[in-house]
Order: sequence, then structure tokens, then C-alpha cells
Amino acid sequence: MSERPEDYRYTKTHEWVAPAENGTVKIGITDHAQSSLGDLVFVELPEVGASFNAGDQIAVVESVKAASDIYSPVAGEVARVNDALEDAPEQVNEDPFGEGWLFELKLESADAADSLLGADEYKQVADADD
Amino acid sequence: MLQQTPLYDEHLSLGAKLVDFAGWEMPINYGSQIAEHNAVREHAGVFDVSHMTVVDIRGEGSRDFLRHVLANDIAKADADGKAIYTCMLNTHGGVVDDLIVFHVTGNWYRLVVNAATTEKDMAWLQSQVRDFDASVTRRDDLVIIAAQGPAARELVQQNLGSEFGERAMKLKPFEVAVDGDWTVGRTGYTGEDGFEIALPDHAAVEFWRQLVNSGATPVGLGARDTLRLEGGLNLYGQDMDEDHSPLISGLGWTVAFEPEDRDFVGREALLLERAQGVESKIVGVLLEGRGVLRTGAAVRAVADDQVTDPDADDVPGRITSGSYAPTLGRSIGFARIPANWDAGWVDIGVRGKWQSARVVKTPFVRKGKIRVDIDSKSG
Repeated sequence: MSERPEDYRYTKTHEWVAPAENGTVKIGITDHAQSSLGDLVFVELPEVGASFNAGDQIAVVESVKAASDIYSPVAGEVARVNDALEDAPEQVNEDPFGEGWLFELKLESADAADSLLGADEYKQVADADD
Repeated sequence: MLQQTPLYDEHLSLGAKLVDFAGWEMPINYGSQIAEHNAVREHAGVFDVSHMTVVDIRGEGSRDFLRHVLANDIAKADADGKAIYTCMLNTHGGVVDDLIVFHVTGNWYRLVVNAATTEKDMAWLQSQVRDFDASVTRRDDLVIIAAQGPAARELVQQNLGSEFGERAMKLKPFEVAVDGDWTVGRTGYTGEDGFEIALPDHAAVEFWRQLVNSGATPVGLGARDTLRLEGGLNLYGQDMDEDHSPLISGLGWTVAFEPEDRDFVGREALLLERAQGVESKIVGVLLEGRGVLRTGAAVRAVADDQVTDPDADDVPGRITSGSYAPTLGRSIGFARIPANWDAGWVDIGVRGKWQSARVVKTPFVRKGKIRVDIDSKSG
């Protein structure tokens, strides 16, 4: 049921990375992640301009049920954040791979996302989680 | 092996996400817990609460038995068709369970008890009934469906049949109508108007479908929790239990000390507790900023520098129930704090940091209306 864009990359901690455009990537959480969390009520996003290493805690999504740390899948500098989520965190539930993106990172190295999971590999991670 | 209610297949076909709740496989939501919550505040929701247990008390001595075993006085419901909310206490004044008692008619009373406490309640009731001419019968052949929200009563009426439906519509709050094994009580656990209906299990699917087809939104246990919290209603096991008496759990109003000669279980212990002065109390709290109060979070007096670590074991107060309140768009909770605290603000541990929260009078929401000032700011 969970849709997983084929050209995205994924992490074991349920973040996705969209294909790079001009050296920046959009990052969000997967459909599986939003479904496990339930209705999101707050999203805490990083500051534009801040730098993070891969694996750093970079954002928080909080649902009625629980708060969950988001880890940066790749190293980079925050280029843009999805401000709309401040008033409409439900966008993450409604469209996790699209309108519900969290932030954009300017990649430190262009191929940083290549080592992440492909859609099929991530499916196995998500299925094992159920 | 988890138990399933007769409505299990209905839940599956409605896309429910199921969880283990007190040994029952129950819907936590059918997609969006917040949408379900709002449906109850704005129109009508229908809940399968068949994990809760119906217990019928019958016989000549049933009234005397209930006056003995319950902390509220069933004599307040001597007229047929009246109901009361009450705690059932142990001899130490701790709460064995909280429940609603419906005086169905004559010597027939119907209790609705919590799922997680059912076995314990049955053992306690059986042990206490010995000296009375009354029977205690667990009705596992009944299901319970709650319909809650401003439009809920009308939706139920439409589907009850005209004579029973008319009687149900005439009920005042905390009254019950009966037809065979069916009882319809004007009670609930959401802060909205509505009914709780006990009915035979073979009729469950049809009645459920009728309510859903009439426009009632199926609501899971997730929204049930945020609705009751906004409604200022306690949850057994979190806000009171065998170690926390009604007097310190915001339930003192449910204990009938009058008349003095009614010797109910727990009375002596509560009188002693009251005479010695209670140590704690439960208050409503509204988080000022963003974030969500979680059950078990630490509470301290504002800027109390003797209490530095929100994750420490020894803190002066705790959130007994906390969540996000969809109607308010803010986070709320019940806080157990020392009885002598009377400040208008407290600090609460939210993800490792102290955050300011205002002490407010509950309920937070009643019949669709916000009852607390959500704009007031701390100094």
C-alpha cells in the first residue's frame, strides 16, 4: 500500500532523500513513518544555513502519540525549510513524499545519497517493521 | 491471543489500525485520529467499546449491596432509569475501578466496568456480594457502542425503532431506557452529548452499520483518549488507581459521605485521609508553548532550582495524563502535584527541558466549546 518513489533514496530510520537538483536535495519522512506516528501536530525544523553531518539529529516531528527525532541522511547545509508545516503539519501525513517534505540540504558531496537504500531495499526495512 | 469484539471485521473493512488494548484487538484510529476527534465535537462519532464489560446486579438485595460496595450512593438513583458515576474502593480507600451504574428497573442494576480491571472487579464484586441477596452476572453476550457528539442522539433514535427511540430521546443526562437486553444511557466519555448503548452481540453489526450509514464517523481509542482528556474526565490506571484515592484524584465529588450511617467499603480510610489532610491533588494544565505533554512527565514549581533534571526519578509532580488537544490546538494534561501548591503556573518536563504550563480549571472543552483561556501568557 505504501507508495515509495523509485528514484528516491531511503534510510533505515525512515527518512527519504529526493534526487539532487543543482546540488541540493529535499528530505522528508516516508509514508510508512507517518503512518506509524499517526497525526502529526508539531514539526521542529532546522535553521537555514546550519550544517549537519550524516546521522546528526536535525529535526523533530511530533504526533499525538509520540515525538520522533529526524536524522540527517546526508551531510550538508540547510538551504530551505518547509515553513508551511508550522501551521499545517498534517501535510506530512497527507503527502509525505511531496508537499510534506521537511527541509532541503545543499550537499557537501554530490554522490552522498548514493550509498543510501534504494526503494526495494527500504521496502524490506519497512515491511520488517510491521 | 487477543480477544476481538463482534465488530472486528467492521473495523478491518473501515481501514482501522488495530492495537492491543488490555488484551483486546481494538481500533486506535481509522486513518486520522484528529479528524475523528473533530467529528465528535462537530457532528457525531460512533465507538466500539465492547472491550468494556457489562455486569448485571439483580435480586432483592441489589440496592443494599451497591450501597455497600460503591463509594457514591446508589440511593441517588432510586427512581427507575437513573444512573450515577462512582468509584469502587478497596478497604484502604484506593480505587479498584470507576464505573457507571444504571438503575435499569426494580432490582436490576447494570454496571459498566473497565476492560483492564474486569477480572479484578468480578473477583471483588463476588467476594463482597456474599452477605447480600443479590447476584453478580458478567454479560459477555453484550456489546457496547457509544454514539457521541451534538448529532449523535438523533442518529441513534432513527435506528432504534420508533417506540424505544422516542423513550431514548426523552432521557435526561444520566438516565437510561431499557428494551429487553438493550439499554440506552445518556452518558459518555467525550464531554459531548450522546448515548452509550449495551446490546446483544448478534445485533451489533447491523446497529453499527446503521449508525455509520446515518453519518456517524467511526472513532478509535486514540480520539477517545483526547476527547475524554479535553472533557476533564479521568482514566483509570493513570489518573487514579489502587494507590490513589478519589480524594486526591479530582473525584472527591463522587464520594457520598452522607448519610453518615452508610458504611461503604473504603469509608473509614477516606475519613482518616480527609482528617489528616490530603497530600496531593490533580489539576488541569495547559502548555504555553509548542510541544506535547506526555503522560509521566515531571512537574515542578516555577523555576524551582532545587529540581533541575526533568528526567529525574524524584520530582514533586507528574503528568498523569497528557496529550495534544485537537480542539485547542495546544497540549493539555492532568498534573498530580502537592496539595499545598496554589500557583497559577508550573514547569513541566518536555523532551528534557522545562516548559511553562498554566494551571486551569477542567473541563478544557465541554459540548464543543473551549472552556479555558488559551491566550493568557505567563509573566
